Amino acid sequence: MTRHTLSVLVENKPGVLARVSGLFSRRGFNIESLAVGPTEHPDVSRMTIVVAVEDLPLEQVTKQLNKLVNVLKIVEMDTSVSVQRELMLVKVRADLTVRSQVLETVQLFRAKVVDVAQDAVTIEATGTRDKLDALIRMLEPFGIRELVQSGMVALGRGSRSITDRSLRAVERSA
Amino acid sequence: MTRETPQITGAQSLVHSLEAVGAEVVFGIPGGAILPAYDPLFDSTRVRHVLVRHEQGAGHAAEGYAQATGRVGVCMATSGPGATNLVTPIADAYMDSVPIVAITGQVPSAAIGTDAFQEADICGITLPVTKHNFLVHSADDIPRTIAEAFHIASTGRPGPVLVDLPKDILQGLTSVLPHEVWPPALELPGYRPVTRPHAKQVREAAKMISAARRPVLYVGGGVLKARAAAELRVLAELTGIPVVTTLMARGAFPDSHPQHLGMPGMHGSVAAVTAMQKSDLLITLGARFDDRVTGRLASFAPGAAIIHADIDPAEIGKNRVADVPIVGDCREVIADLTVALQAEPRPDLEAWWHALNRWRETYPVGYDLPADGSVAPQQVIERIGQIAGPQTVFAAGVGQHQMWAAQFISYEHPYTWLNSGGAGTMGYAVPAAMGAKVGRPDATVWAIDGDGCFQMTNQELATCALEGIPIKVAVINNGSLGMVRQWQTLFYDQRYSNTDLGTHPASARTGVTRVPDFVRLAEALGCVGLRCESPEDIDATIEKAMSINDAPVVVDFVVHPDAMVWPMVAAGASNDEIQVARDLAPDFDYSGDAEVNL
Repeated sequence: MTRHTLSVLVENKPGVLARVSGLFSRRGFNIESLAVGPTEHPDVSRMTIVVAVEDLPLEQVTKQLNKLVNVLKIVEMDTSVSVQRELMLVKVRADLTVRSQVLETVQLFRAKVVDVAQDAVTIEATGTRDKLDALIRMLEPFGIRELVQSGMVALGRGSRSITDRSLRAVERSA
Repeated sequence: MTRETPQITGAQSLVHSLEAVGAEVVFGIPGGAILPAYDPLFDSTRVRHVLVRHEQGAGHAAEGYAQATGRVGVCMATSGPGATNLVTPIADAYMDSVPIVAITGQVPSAAIGTDAFQEADICGITLPVTKHNFLVHSADDIPRTIAEAFHIASTGRPGPVLVDLPKDILQGLTSVLPHEVWPPALELPGYRPVTRPHAKQVREAAKMISAARRPVLYVGGGVLKARAAAELRVLAELTGIPVVTTLMARGAFPDSHPQHLGMPGMHGSVAAVTAMQKSDLLITLGARFDDRVTGRLASFAPGAAIIHADIDPAEIGKNRVADVPIVGDCREVIADLTVALQAEPRPDLEAWWHALNRWRETYPVGYDLPADGSVAPQQVIERIGQIAGPQTVFAAGVGQHQMWAAQFISYEHPYTWLNSGGAGTMGYAVPAAMGAKVGRPDATVWAIDGDGCFQMTNQELATCALEGIPIKVAVINNGSLGMVRQWQTLFYDQRYSNTDLGTHPASARTGVTRVPDFVRLAEALGCVGLRCESPEDIDATIEKAMSINDAPVVVDFVVHPDAMVWPMVAAGASNDEIQVARDLAPDFDYSGDAEVNL
């Protein structure tokens, strides 16, 4: 199974997320990560979906996604030609005896501390999946109390945009 | 005070929009949430409402109407159970790509999500079985939503669309008047079906066709949806290539045509199944390599290259890799292929036809008459086809009678064969025949039904009787769920678990005969009831039924309980293992055909 990152432009309407996720669950595919948010156009949302699946069933899901009336465009993001980032917030046990070691780890990963308490710090980190996994491994010995991740977002490198034409289509119809 | 802009209710907007979009008939049942719509519908002179007895009947009637006429069928139901009763026909329409629009009432907007009385999340429920669905949020949106629903249902790969209308939206006022805004601008930026085939792909396909030695035109329901039967005939005759028509495509190519090999698949003719198995090129037009056609996929047509033309890109490469994929409307694909082939030499098919003709002559689709002098179900169906004639519309249920109706009626024209192919919905026949008869009142419409199927939806005969829809129903009464029983005979050691229905005079249940008595049931439902129990009476009974045109007719054909559908490829088996009768495989002698010998 290979991991694929799909960028899906959809109309910003109720129920679209259910339509999209339904196509994956119907075929028994587990979505590893899903991030949704508005784009530069208020009527268009962008989903970034990470799914581990073989190439052939993925092609079938992509085609089915394309058939959804509210889906405007689907682009598979190749890791070599796109920037992929996730945001993580992690609360780590850190009393005075280990706090400096925790802060050192934070610095090494160019993460930052966004909240501090007597016996814990909350760290914000962004990066690729690999970087965040490495950070988690380094923080585990101190004791992770809580962890939340945003899901992957991705954008193609270079000056080209995947949204141009789709946004024009939305504007025409509006 | 200034003159106010005229306002209408959402319900009026709905009815006016249905009139504007050209809907001439709605099959439905009123109820609480949809009630506001029924008030203006009462006054409409352009939209006829047919009051059915069960919402499933409304949905199948809309399907039958759509499949017989090519227009969008419309059904209507109230919220909750009314809407959920539409789910089966909606799923059926989704599987068979039938253009219908289902209009459902919904609880008032403020009550949605509160488990209000008769609330069901019908948009959520039908998400996987509709092409698209809408929950309407404002009465202003009704004209555009109805226009979009009909557009989506009828274009591209057709399919069911559901429009869910909360009661407050139907009761609310709007100044958007359908007749002023029609046709409303559609807001469907993500919906762009491709209909024009790619010229390069068509040229590539033409070259392959010209060079093929054992080609087969594998014709599916998409050819009928594209209204391309005439174009198909031109292409077939130009190239001389044999044609097979799937269960969904019966009638797309005349059965009497010498190039027609019959139906492929689990109960297909030996010639059609074998031609595909031995083919070197399948020219696939609007078909989808369904498991009932391919048998075990890995061994299906092992030597064939695949040209696959379909309007739905997701069908191409789904089950079988296509060597030449063509996305487009079948009518345009076939027309372009025909033009491209005029520049190519005609394929040399002499050796191929030699083999095909031998298979066809040696293994025609046929049946044995029962030795005990009882009625052969195949003969009944064959005679109905012959006596009613090729202009008749036939609607079948699901099971043995459906397969016999596909095998033994000769279909000469498109849109004369309606059935539930993909979903296999028992109970389809009677309501679908009703819808077809409403759409084509001048045509004779026969439902070929089984005693099992008939008991699922026969209440619509009351609708037919009261609304003046004189369909004819042949109940092929073998006293059991015949196809299931056939599998029990073949694969479950003749252990007939729960398949005897007690409808037959020779029921296995002691003391039970004819429950229900279909003749009396027909009469109770306002129809004429006839019965035929001996082979000598078949023709006279059919002719009697044909002579009655002022009421629906039901004929109880009491047939031999053990008749089976042959040929057959067992589920999951390879098409190479086709059996013409029990434990009887065709003996293919390919010697002397170097070209065809594989």
